[in-house]
Amino acid sequence: MIRIHNLEKTYRTRDGGTVEALARVSLEVAEGEFLSVVGPSGCGKTTLLKILAGLSPKSAGEVIVAGQPVNGPRRDIGIVFQDATLLAWRTVLENVLLPVEVQKLRLAEHRERALALLALVGLAGFEGRYPNELSGGMQQRAAIVRALVLDPRILLMDEPFGALDAMTRERMNVELLRIWEERKKTVFFITHSIPEAVFLGDRVVVMSPRPGRIVDVMRVPLPRPRGLAVMGSPEFGALTARIRALFEAEGSID
Amino acid sequence: MRDWLRRAETYTIPGVFVLVVGSWELLVRALGIPPIVIPAPSAVARALVRLLSLPSFWTDIKVTLFETLAGFAIGAASAIVVGGLIAQFRLLERTVYPYLVGIQTVPKIAIAPILVIWFGFGLASKVVVSAVIVFFPILVNVIQGLGATRQQELDLLRAMCASRWQIFWKVKVPNALPFLFAGLNIGIVFSVLGAIVGEFVGAQVGLGYRIQQLNFTLDIAGMFAVLVVLGAIGITLHLLMRAIQRRVVFWAEPDRVSGA
Repeated sequence: MIRIHNLEKTYRTRDGGTVEALARVSLEVAEGEFLSVVGPSGCGKTTLLKILAGLSPKSAGEVIVAGQPVNGPRRDIGIVFQDATLLAWRTVLENVLLPVEVQKLRLAEHRERALALLALVGLAGFEGRYPNELSGGMQQRAAIVRALVLDPRILLMDEPFGALDAMTRERMNVELLRIWEERKKTVFFITHSIPEAVFLGDRVVVMSPRPGRIVDVMRVPLPRPRGLAVMGSPEFGALTARIRALFEAEGSID
Repeated sequence: MRDWLRRAETYTIPGVFVLVVGSWELLVRALGIPPIVIPAPSAVARALVRLLSLPSFWTDIKVTLFETLAGFAIGAASAIVVGGLIAQFRLLERTVYPYLVGIQTVPKIAIAPILVIWFGFGLASKVVVSAVIVFFPILVNVIQGLGATRQQELDLLRAMCASRWQIFWKVKVPNALPFLFAGLNIGIVFSVLGAIVGEFVGAQVGLGYRIQQLNFTLDIAGMFAVLVVLGAIGITLHLLMRAIQRRVVFWAEPDRVSGA
């Protein structure tokens, strides 16, 4: 579904120098796969996601999504940012239907679907509320529904639960897996939490900074469907320990 | 409910009024200050009643109010259109902005005499003076507001394949509204100022003209009475603007943006 080959990205700094954000990144994501990307800040995770989304141009290399090279935003991709980014002047339902509006599709047809998705994430009855009346977790769930409303094939998520407290975060992880198991999207999930990456992913991509590159890709052998109990298993502990050891060897623990 | 009855301001605000006006009255009487220097509040009140009984005073009010509102409408509308255009084109914005800042620092009141020469002694010149004074603070706020959308919101819309036009209407304009209203709130007060200044320079009717007439006859109490009327007009327009703001920009805290 996604093929990245020798991707490079360099930024020009203000004083005329250059910063290498991504160096020779190669990666493949299969259709329906849940891929976690973990790494400390500054490792180019967000840059990678922005290039995949067509929001930022690459410097060199090849990025192919669903058989086509990426050269701009695509309609079959849904994005969730760290910050819910709901528009304050729109109700939850109006926010969720924004992609439908922008692509000039029939609102009436998608209303049902939007309401069903809101119910799926536990926001039934909140469709008429404004974002500032919702908690952080509820806002983020609305943002996920917005990303799903046009039924995209690919879901790009940039630390979507990074701003939430630990308890809410675990609940959101479980909910996200439930949604994913129901609709089997290809998910590209960025996080800086090792347990979160292992708990969610089929594979975990480990990145390191300066310049951003892939250090290792690990398969997660945990059976699905996964519940929070999986976090107590020895396999889970071994895998998180291995990833942590990688970061320590790289000397890049924040 | 009845919350305002329990708030201290409910009593302190009228309290201050009574205290100031009361001591003013007492001081003027006790010290025997001549009414030509400072009239007592009671004399101002009598002058106000006398003025309000004159049909010509009501004409003055109507004329000044018309000049104010027409000037505000023209100034605000052109500031919104010009600001919208400038904000759409990066190079234009960068080119024009230093000039705008420069013009902002020039006291626009100083060009009122020129405008009266150009547009005559009738209503038109006052409307133009008012519009010019209103134009700049609103323009600057519109430009600032249209640039105030967070990168994240722009990315969100771009990722949805939104057109430039859609990004403008769906995120840039709503994000600019709190700034626009901050500008309109300043503008509405300035528009009264513009009309009065225009009338000072040359007019045959209006509250500014009335102040000058009363000045010639040394009717200081009458001048104060006109000031009271102008204050009432200003406060009414300001409150009206606030009420509209609260309805339109319901998601933003009015206090957060009024200083912008």
